[in-house]
Order: sequence, then structure tokens, then C-alpha cells
Amino acid sequence: MSGEFKLRGRVAARLGDNIDTDVIYPGRFLNITDREKTAEHLFELAYPEIRSRIRAGDFLVAGKNFGCGSSREQATAAIKYAGVGAVIAASFARIFFRNSINLGLPAVVSPEAAAALQEGDEVELDLTGGLITRLATGEKFAAAPLDPRAAELLAAGGLIPFLKRKYSS
Amino acid sequence: MGMTLAEKILARASGRETVRPDEIVVAAVDLAMSHENADLVRKSFLEIGAPRVWDPERIVIILDHRVPAESERTAATHKAIREFVHAQGIRHFYDVGRGGICHQVLAENGHVLPGMVVVGTDSHTTTHGAFGAFATGIGATEMAGVWTEGRLWFKVPSTLRILVRGEFAPWVSAKDLILHIIGRLGADGADYRAVEFDGPAIRSMTVASRMVLANLSMEMGAKVAFTPVDDTLLEYLESRAGRTIPDSPDFSPDADAGYEKVLEIDVAREVPEPQVACPHSVDNVQPLSAVRGKPVHQAVVGSCTNGRLEDLAVTAEIVRGQRVHPRTRLLVIPASQQILLEAIRLGYIQTLIEAGAMINPPGCGPCVGVHQGILAAGETCISSTNRNFIGRMGSKDSFVYLASPAVVAASAIAGEIAHPEDILREEVA
Repeated sequence: MSGEFKLRGRVAARLGDNIDTDVIYPGRFLNITDREKTAEHLFELAYPEIRSRIRAGDFLVAGKNFGCGSSREQATAAIKYAGVGAVIAASFARIFFRNSINLGLPAVVSPEAAAALQEGDEVELDLTGGLITRLATGEKFAAAPLDPRAAELLAAGGLIPFLKRKYSS
Repeated sequence: MGMTLAEKILARASGRETVRPDEIVVAAVDLAMSHENADLVRKSFLEIGAPRVWDPERIVIILDHRVPAESERTAATHKAIREFVHAQGIRHFYDVGRGGICHQVLAENGHVLPGMVVVGTDSHTTTHGAFGAFATGIGATEMAGVWTEGRLWFKVPSTLRILVRGEFAPWVSAKDLILHIIGRLGADGADYRAVEFDGPAIRSMTVASRMVLANLSMEMGAKVAFTPVDDTLLEYLESRAGRTIPDSPDFSPDADAGYEKVLEIDVAREVPEPQVACPHSVDNVQPLSAVRGKPVHQAVVGSCTNGRLEDLAVTAEIVRGQRVHPRTRLLVIPASQQILLEAIRLGYIQTLIEAGAMINPPGCGPCVGVHQGILAAGETCISSTNRNFIGRMGSKDSFVYLASPAVVAASAIAGEIAHPEDILREEVA
């Protein structure tokens, strides 16, 4: 990937540790296989108020092990199609992290930012540089820089557009 | 320095002599499994635009989460999957009535062998580490990439080795051991890591019990989890695959492999009684004595964790000649058609029905919270399944306790969380 990969957004919600994929996207809606429609059920059982707070490009901030549990890709799709521009967490469960990159949703690891950022904060994310800035104060937090493979997939918009170039000619 | 089993398998599958933790490798996939979410995979695959799947013989699809279809929407996804497998020539398709829970079906039909790289669009794909396979869960779009290219990138995991010795106390099972370990290490205690279980207490376990360890290792974040490839396993595999599987050094870690951490557990001392995972996380583990007496409205024996023949056997043993408590219902879900048939032959099903249990058809049942045993607000369930997250089995205001089939069966009779000894003692008295 060449050049910078920066995003700006507002923290729409702050969540705790071990937010599982049943909480993100309840099992009862798994037979919805249109990605856009999954957004209607984001956090529906546990935190239904969050969905209405999200504006396009907003960020979610969470504690450790975000997205643990089921491999359901709808959990990632629901966050992405609800308009979230990136998720910042102290750590991610591995399948959720891979799903995010594959669907083109930046998942950023930063224990420092996850502890400090508050709802409503305006934030700049430098994905390639591994830096998160709270714009109001200029405070900076280190983030794990994207590895080249993840950066390539995110830049392409996810795994489908990435492979499409290769296979659908 | 030698290699762990995860390192050995990834080295072989990526055409390398050796690999080390944190290296990125691209590994050839030996088996790709999906269930109902094959419909999501199918959609992503069609978007990518490759005309054919890479190898229809290496793809297995099993309907299990919503069988038989509980709604028109599910019926449509089942139909789309049937049409796709037919069009692509995917022979290993287990439709309604011909399989059961995906992990059990893979195991009992000899699809998984030691040394394989197995990916599944189900987080509990770690189960197949009980067969010496590097087996892990992935998402649907990633699986569409596998269907297209037959390979996948992995970060080589570091390995946590767990050595278990000692005799299991009466009514303490593999489920109690792994709940204890998850409680100790936490829900992210093995995140991104491989786990190797070994030691005399593991080697004396049945294959079904080893599957419980590998299955639930997912609940502490493990990428893969292995139990040893030994004579017990090879005999099991030979009976399923219908041919001899010669042992190989490729199926075991090297004696001088490098581990991130080695944990030693004396099961007799450290797990002296059954364990229970309390709401709403699998690492919220208490000894049974701390939660005994908690009233339960529903008791469930089933799932890819604990719905096998030995689980039905212990359930039948405990409820034999007794009645499920009037304020409680007991649901039993055999993990597969084969297990159901065997349980009928052995008389377990009759015993269970005479005690007042309901037998659900083989499949995931209420574990994933979509049908066949949903909980109302305020209800409490004790379950042999694998997750107790908020709303997992129904209302967000319901409560799920996870335990062994023996504890679930005893609790169904008592109407409250109980030790099997409570029930069997009463019977004698």
C-alpha cells in the first residue's frame, strides 16, 4: 500500500471487555444473509440505543477481546453497514479481526486509546503510522500499525474486491 | 529447537522446512467445512466471480443450525445451498436427516485425519484438534477465498502446553476440567495461540471427551487446540475412515519444541468437584458447591460440546427411574443421527422419555438461540452447551449456566442446580 491511510471520526460509543458476537449480532438474525440488512439488528438485545447514535464514519471504542465467540461475519457486517468507520479496541478476538479486514472495516489495536477515548471525542486514525490523535487536545496514542497484508486488503475495500480483480476477468 | 504440532502442520502445508511463531505463512487447505452460513459464503464466492470452486471433494457442507427449517427465510437459504452444491458437484453435503451437528458429522464420517489443515465457518472448528488436525474457525468471506484458491494465510501461533495428571474425582469430567482451565486463564487467555493438551489424564480419555477439550478451548480464544495422536485415537479413526492410519512423527510435537508457557494441572487436586460457568461469560467459573440450589426452568443436554453418546449415557443413568422436576423441562439433543440411532438401540432414549425429557432432532437446537427451546425473560437454564452470553439462548433477561451433562441431568431432576450425588443419594434413601 502506498501513501497514508488516515480516517477522521467521532467516538459514537464506548464498550467494555469481552464484547461477544452474540451481543453484537444476536443468533436469531443469522439467517439474514444480505450484509446491508444486518445493520438493522446491531447490538439489538444488549445495547439497542447505540445503533441510533451512529453517524456515518463514527468509531466504536472497546476493551479487550472485542468480538469474541462465534465466527458469524454478520457481527462485522452489522457494524460496518451501520456506518461505523473503524473499531478501536484494546485487543480483538482473532476471527472478528480477520472478518473486519476481509470486509474492509479497519480494526485498530490500541490499549492506550481504548482506555482514554470518551464518547463524543473527535479522533484521527493514522492506520499506516499506527497513531491515534484526540483532536480537541492533540493527545496521541500508539496503535499497532497494520501489517502489509491487512493494509493491502483494506485498501482494496476487502477480500472480495481484492480477489475479484484476479478472478472475474 | 524442534517444532510444536501447530508449527509442524503449518510448515508442511506451506512447503517450508520449519516455521516459527509470528511468521506469516500461506497454507494449503485440506478440508473446508460450512453449515447454514454456506449461503453467505456462496454469495461472497459469486461476487468474486470464479466459475468453479477449487476442489469440490475438499468442501463439506452440513445443515445443523436450523434443522429442519424453522422459517421461510431459513428454508430459502437451505434451498440456495442445495442448488449450489448440486451445481458445483460438492458430494459431501449432509442434508436434514442425514447428518447432525457439523463437527460431529465430520468426525464420525472420517473426514478429518491427523496433520490436516481444516478451516470451518464455525468458531468451534477447533474441535478437530482432537484428531491431530490444525483446525480453526474463519468467517464466510474468508471461506469464499478458500473456495476460490484452496489456501489461506495464517500467522504461526505460539503454543501453550497444558499437562494434566491425576485421577478424575467421581462425576468430574472433561467438561469440568476445561471450564476450570477457562476460568483460570480467562476468555482471552489463549487468544491467537495454539494449545496442546497432554499428560496421563488426557491420554486416558475417550475421543469424545478429548473433543470437549478442543471444542471449548475456543472459549479462551485458542486458534487451534490439540489432544495427542495415540492408539486410542488411531483406532477410532480407523473404524471411521475404514482403513489403517499409520502413526507418524508428523502428528506429534517434537520433544524439544519451544513453548510460550507450560501449565501443569493435577486434576484430582485442582478440580475436585464439577464446575459451572455462570452468566454471562464462559470464564465466570465457580465450583458446583457455590451455585448448588439455584432453581432452573430448563435443562439442556446437547451441542457440539456435549451431545455425544457418552453424554446421553450419563444423562440416562442419572434420570433412570426418576421424573424431571415439575417446574423444570429437560431437552436432550443427540449431536447426530448416528448418535440418536445408537442411543435408541442402547435404550437411552426410552429411559429419557420415561423420565419426562423431550428429545429434539439432531442439530444445534437451542444452543444458538433460534428455535427449539428459547428462554423467556427471567428464566434460568442449565446447559451442557458452550456459551452463556447475554441473549444466547433467548431473552436478554434469561440466564444460562454451563455444566457437564451429569450436572445438567441431576439439576433437571432436582429442579435446581444439583450434584449427581444429591439425586442418586435420594434414590437410595
